[in-house]
Amino acid sequence: MLLASYLLAALAVLLAWPVPVLLARAAWPSRAPAPAMLLWQGIGLAGGLSMIGAFLCWGLAPLDRGLLPAAGLLVHAILGRLELPGLDVVHLFALSLAALLGGHLLLTLARSAWRLARDRQRHREMLAFLSKPEAGPGTAVIDHDTPLAYCLPGAGNLTVLSSGLLRSLDERELRAVLAHESAHLDQRHDLLLLAFTSWHAALPWLPTTRLALQAVGELVEELADDAALRVSTREDLLGALAVVALAGQSEGPRPGTLPGAPGAGAPDAGAPSAGHDDAAAVPVPSSPSLPPGLPAAPPAAASSEALAAARWAVPGGPHEALSSRRLGRLLSPDAPLGPWARRLAGTSAVALVVLPTLFLAAAGWDVL
Amino acid sequence: MAALGELERSVMDLLWDHQEALTANAVRDLLAQTEDSKGLAVTTVLTVLARLEKKGLVSRERGTRPHLYHPTASREEHTVGLIEDALGTAADREAVLVRFAGAISAGDAAALLRVLAAREERDTSLPAGA
Repeated sequence: MLLASYLLAALAVLLAWPVPVLLARAAWPSRAPAPAMLLWQGIGLAGGLSMIGAFLCWGLAPLDRGLLPAAGLLVHAILGRLELPGLDVVHLFALSLAALLGGHLLLTLARSAWRLARDRQRHREMLAFLSKPEAGPGTAVIDHDTPLAYCLPGAGNLTVLSSGLLRSLDERELRAVLAHESAHLDQRHDLLLLAFTSWHAALPWLPTTRLALQAVGELVEELADDAALRVSTREDLLGALAVVALAGQSEGPRPGTLPGAPGAGAPDAGAPSAGHDDAAAVPVPSSPSLPPGLPAAPPAAASSEALAAARWAVPGGPHEALSSRRLGRLLSPDAPLGPWARRLAGTSAVALVVLPTLFLAAAGWDVL
Repeated sequence: MAALGELERSVMDLLWDHQEALTANAVRDLLAQTEDSKGLAVTTVLTVLARLEKKGLVSRERGTRPHLYHPTASREEHTVGLIEDALGTAADREAVLVRFAGAISAGDAAALLRVLAAREERDTSLPAGA
């Protein structure tokens, strides 16, 4: 059992630091988001299991050669039927840590799930008063100029769009947005994220929990993008992303200066004026993917400086400069990962969970 | 239950559209002007108003008799609240909603616009050049 505890501890250390750091740095997840997602879930589950298991096995080691008999002895001792002279303070400490850690992780998960459900319910309740009834089934439209789309998982999946979004996007771009959001809902991305949200909430001092949350958040978007690309073109999805991303910046343009927002003066669209901040000063490209209501400014009207910058940026790709991998893979798509590599990633995810389970089982039957 | 929910919404719309506070009787009379809410009992309206008060959407002026009801915030103010929810303005709210293009930084958004503009430029200039 002592050997099992060492093996579990080694696995826990690997999964708490080097493995997530390497996976977060790796480039291949963008080429195979689904296996990568499986791997992250495996790392989270196996990490927690091995961490708790290591403390448990080590703490119980002096009692018996097998985990199960030792646990039985401990239960008897707790019930006051038995004295356990073999258990000193250090081992009791390890056992308490196992119990605390296990309880902490499960309680945080329950609390995160409860909070999210409550906040979403509240949001849903307000939506019932503020959204337009004429929106189709499964969608709600709120009256706001900021182009915005999000989904509300749970009872009665809902995709919420702002009226600003409907004004800013053409029909094809809108279809891309809707396909993206319904993929979030259909594939239950909220559940995939929940584990890592609570994992980070439970162990905020462990930097890899933030790393994992970010990586899983990006993978969820890539999975939804891939679903959207099955019904839309890359250009439509990118056009929609450009409009929404620019408008969604909290420090970005005010609704009045948004491309496509009512009041956004078309003559000003290509001419950066002094009063605008950085995001607003970017000239609106005369793209068919931009708001149909906005008369497309001829390219000549756009800032020649920005266009010149874009021209040299395109061949080599400005993607090194992009911090978002999601955008990078949409702008210059790489071939998806080969079937064997995918299988390897999937198998590794399963193996990650099986390994600590095997160690614990072996300890239980006194093999290790 | 669903019918009560619809009624709540109608009452809220009524209160939002009126500048001054209304009594339950006035709400009933105004509702009666619409086709589908005829012959509503004042007690039903009072029930709905109580539910709205509990949800924090409506507040009651107790100084006068009968009580006057008015919305706690305008429709626009509540909408801004929803948007703030969605934008994750409060730190602990970040994961409540997953937003389209949520994690894209300002720099990336600007870069994306430039690339799309350049592609557009390239696509439109190609046929002319060929």
